[in-house]
Amino acid sequence: MSDYTLSASAISRLVRSGDVKAVDSVSSAFTRIEQVEPRVDAFLHLDRAGAMAAAEAVDRMVASGADPGPLAGVPVAVKDNIATPDLPTSCASRILKNYVPPYSAAVVERLRSAGAVIVGKTNMDEFAMGSSCENSAFKPTRNPHDLSRIPGGSSGGSAAAVASAMVPVSLGSDTGGSIRQPAALTGTVGFKPTYGRVSRYGLIAFGSSLDQIGPFSRTVEDCALLMKVISGRDPRDSTCSSTAVPDFLSFLNDGVRSLRIGLPAEYFIDGMQPEVEKSVRAAAEVFTSLGARTLDISLPHTRFAVAVYYVVATAEASSNLARYDGVHYGYRTPEAVGLVDLYQKTRRDGFGDEVKRRIMLGTFALSSGYSEAYYKKALQVRSLMKRDFDLAFQDVDVIIAPTTPTTAFRIGEKINDPLSMYLSDVFTISANLATIPAVSLPCGLDSSGLPIGIQIMAPPFREDLVLKAAASLERALGIAPLTADP
Amino acid sequence: MALDSAEVRHVSLLSRIELTDTELDMFTRQLADIVAYVDQLNEADTRDVPPMEHTPREDDNVLRDDVPVPGIGTLLALGGAPDVAASHFRVPKVVE
Repeated sequence: MSDYTLSASAISRLVRSGDVKAVDSVSSAFTRIEQVEPRVDAFLHLDRAGAMAAAEAVDRMVASGADPGPLAGVPVAVKDNIATPDLPTSCASRILKNYVPPYSAAVVERLRSAGAVIVGKTNMDEFAMGSSCENSAFKPTRNPHDLSRIPGGSSGGSAAAVASAMVPVSLGSDTGGSIRQPAALTGTVGFKPTYGRVSRYGLIAFGSSLDQIGPFSRTVEDCALLMKVISGRDPRDSTCSSTAVPDFLSFLNDGVRSLRIGLPAEYFIDGMQPEVEKSVRAAAEVFTSLGARTLDISLPHTRFAVAVYYVVATAEASSNLARYDGVHYGYRTPEAVGLVDLYQKTRRDGFGDEVKRRIMLGTFALSSGYSEAYYKKALQVRSLMKRDFDLAFQDVDVIIAPTTPTTAFRIGEKINDPLSMYLSDVFTISANLATIPAVSLPCGLDSSGLPIGIQIMAPPFREDLVLKAAASLERALGIAPLTADP
Repeated sequence: MALDSAEVRHVSLLSRIELTDTELDMFTRQLADIVAYVDQLNEADTRDVPPMEHTPREDDNVLRDDVPVPGIGTLLALGGAPDVAASHFRVPKVVE
């Protein structure tokens, strides 16, 4: 047996050197899963047989002297909106219940060819629409730090699985904060790469101009390791960039001496939990003590972020989700009379309320008579928000801010008030709209012991700056890795 | 604008989502709240501002080389379909 709290970097080193067998690493993960999963409910599908077979293949490579890759024998969990041809990919929706895609997402191919072992698919808000994991059609996931609270969303299962050390790393997707918000609320490291850094091939589309896949981990080193494996050009995604991928692991010891760090006034607002502000400001002082310079900056259009997002993302979603028609795949109503009735009843039964709300909102924003006032207007304000960041990055190298206004809220607290749920994404949405890379990592705990996340943002394709700042802060704070024992 | 139930009924038809009367009431209330919130976009001065439509590096949005490769094939393409007949998706009668 191996220790379930080992990092991905440590597991891979031990497996490649022959000191630990991949099958032992994977079976420890399943032992831990058996212990805590009944309380956390992070997974929708587990695949012990497939994972053990993949681990045996890694061990055979090691035995024959071949290098199985930088994630050799590392157990990984994958969000259920990322296509796996050997496991269901349901997006936590009734309309895709038991759906198995005919192909593999690019990131899944990359993980597997790096020697990683996929243990299962994680729970999420249906079609990645939500901030609490309560919008799953199948079950809510619980925050491993306090089981009465939400783990965040939409990638709540991937966050909870890493926070409770069921796996050292996982993949999520981030359209408006769906990696960073749950990372903050579960005390994990969650990275949203630059739009175009990671292939979206096989990521079931929500908001195509915003969606990015990224990793969860308990250390910044593991985050860099995963980023190195999943980044880079893929001809099957025309928006995936050919920008060279640097060795993300090489920046971790660079330090932050003379790094210019911006603190945007608009991210410290009335109504946020005072402990969150205090903890983020304390982290800023830590950066100063490490030789960085902090500057007060302004991103004046920040107050429009949520409004822009809920037009742009829902407009794109209304188009992307038109494919769920009861004909091509997934659920079909048994009671239809005629084709339009088939569509209407299939979608009535197949989608949950949040998905219906967003499809209708997006359809409204694109409909005749309103598209200029809503969709085009939102894209114009999106330009202004992007311009805010371009201007700010003339003066600073990175921007730091709270990831969320509060720590994890209680299950049920916001589920009946969609607008208040949307406002919990107020600090994460801008990075998606501006296409920039951003990480969340733990920077403290509140008085109830719940994790607080700090966000670090950088210009497009400057993941290196994000990672070196994150690694410096992680070392200086000394609180990571946080492991919950639910 | 103030979103009303007639508008939401129309949008639900465009969206191909059947709603009960109770659902129509709930969604009208919720969507009206959200649209009222979104209306604050009118406070942003967007004169001469182009809509943002590009990826971060405009030279990146390129097509791959035009090399024919095999598709996934009929069997796999139909593999997830709820109703299939003779290598086709089967749907209810469209033309009466």
